[in-house]
Amino acid sequence: MKRSATPYLFLLPYLAIFALFWAWPILESLLLSFQNTRVSPPVWNLGVNWGRILGDAAFWDALRNTVLILVIQVPLMLALATALAVALNSQLLRARGFFRFAFFAPVVVGAVAYSAVFRLLFNQNGAVNAALGTQINWIFDPVGAMAVIITTLTWRWTGYNAIIILAGLQSIPKDLYEAAEIDGASPWQQFWRITVPSLRPVLLFCLVLSIIGTLQLFTEPWLITNGGPGTATTTLGVYLYRQGFQNINFGYASTIAYAITLLALVFSVIQLRLFGRES
Amino acid sequence: MKRRLWWRGFWLHLFLTPLALLWLAPLWLMFVFSTHPEIAIFSTPTPVLPGNQFVANLQSLQADTNFLRTLFNSVMVASIYTVLSIFLTSLAGYAFARFQFWGKGVLFSLVIATLTIPYFAVVIPQFILVAREAKTLLAILIGMAVFGGIAALLAWLKFSPTLGRLVWVGYGVAALAYLWLGVPALREAMTFDFRLTNTWWAVILPSLANSLGVFFMRQNFLSVPISLLEAARIDGAGEFRIFFRIAVPLVLPAMAALAIILFLASWNDYLWPLLVLSDRAMQTAPVALGSLIGLTRVSWGGIMVGAVMTTLPFLVLFLFLQRYFIAGITAGGVKD
Repeated sequence: MKRSATPYLFLLPYLAIFALFWAWPILESLLLSFQNTRVSPPVWNLGVNWGRILGDAAFWDALRNTVLILVIQVPLMLALATALAVALNSQLLRARGFFRFAFFAPVVVGAVAYSAVFRLLFNQNGAVNAALGTQINWIFDPVGAMAVIITTLTWRWTGYNAIIILAGLQSIPKDLYEAAEIDGASPWQQFWRITVPSLRPVLLFCLVLSIIGTLQLFTEPWLITNGGPGTATTTLGVYLYRQGFQNINFGYASTIAYAITLLALVFSVIQLRLFGRES
Repeated sequence: MKRRLWWRGFWLHLFLTPLALLWLAPLWLMFVFSTHPEIAIFSTPTPVLPGNQFVANLQSLQADTNFLRTLFNSVMVASIYTVLSIFLTSLAGYAFARFQFWGKGVLFSLVIATLTIPYFAVVIPQFILVAREAKTLLAILIGMAVFGGIAALLAWLKFSPTLGRLVWVGYGVAALAYLWLGVPALREAMTFDFRLTNTWWAVILPSLANSLGVFFMRQNFLSVPISLLEAARIDGAGEFRIFFRIAVPLVLPAMAALAIILFLASWNDYLWPLLVLSDRAMQTAPVALGSLIGLTRVSWGGIMVGAVMTTLPFLVLFLFLQRYFIAGITAGGVKD
């Protein structure tokens, strides 16, 4: 193909924005994390933020809360999404349109809208207590508040993951199941021997997306529990917002941001090592 | 055999039906709560049928936030963003799919690598760029112009006269920018208020760097047969003409799916608009709603009206355009 400027002209508008608002900020975040921004003008001080983060109890609380959501909510949601996808894919299912709408509808609802709704549902005088016949003060109890956040996230994201898994299911060749049927494999055996192994790349993809999503969780804990009670639902995202945009300490907030980025990197590498060799 | 299948179907529905109702309940209650006064929402038993206070709640919401204005802002921001983003990402996606050029592999890897980088890694510098330092923004533009100029010069020496023209454009931009920074009067004029904060552009510009869209469009342009493009080339059509007249019409359904997802993502975005829109009249609907949550004097019925009005249009659209929503999601998920 002949050399010309044309491809660069096609790329230029996008790359200009990309360079300005992604490539440069990634670098500048790193530079900021080595600066003391509590003085004006900011000064270079290599240890000030990274030294602080190691001994910062509030940061470790936020990290613990985020990891807690990661290890409870993400597996719960992915298991449920897989079950839903298999069920929605079944030939025996009637009223398919209704079920799809029920589980996929949360995909279009914005975080602010559903956070408001779930905050009301879990109010002490709200619908959940009324339905259960309890008087739990969900949002002001450390365990209860975390349960509310996890419930909310599961409601919103299960259908979304089920859509991706469903697309994966539909690409599994039908004759694999027919052969298994002839060999006398039960549905349960077919699920574990054919479906799950075939879905491995798709599930890995969902896992990566969910982990990155959880690491930057902000809106739900911010609006539903405001990170409380105490620091019980303060996630890394909420802590970053507090440090960066309430205390206006961009240097320290950048350090938190880079810590989150490093975590995402570590998780990605682990996942690739554990599951992703062939995908 | 038939009987066993019947039982399997029975268990399937027994598992799915209660779960589906549980999943629909928050949406139904959101709608119900928007039609009741606050006192009814918190009474036992919880109301499960609509009341008649929707208009009253809407009025209280409008009085608290000028909600209709924020809805208008949301519509404008999401529409402009969607159109521009589709334009930029399809141009870039087409270049990655259908041209061979120097630096292609590196550039594409760079764009794709950002898919796995958390948004927080860039949010603070983005904020500084938009809200604080117009000078940094200019300095970077200059750097890009110089860098682009040099790259173009190198390319021109080796390959093509067309790129030579880019050099002059690049250096022209650089010279203008240096003039701007260098002349005190101009710099003075610049310092008063170059900030983008509280404009639609503050929300729109940073999110245009949407690498998922580029990836998605590239995948779709790959499916356009090269022979069609070659035929047009032989007929003497220019590259942009080929792009708009032949390639784009062939990927329109995919573009529609991407447009729906981009519009929705922009419409529902909260953190970034929260950071850059402090002026009440300029806020988007989610930011306005978010600012009410937690304030005790505001009616929850009003907040539910806002939630319904930002959600209901999309639920209705979802009923009819499910296919496109799903196509957009399976293409690789949305950013936030």
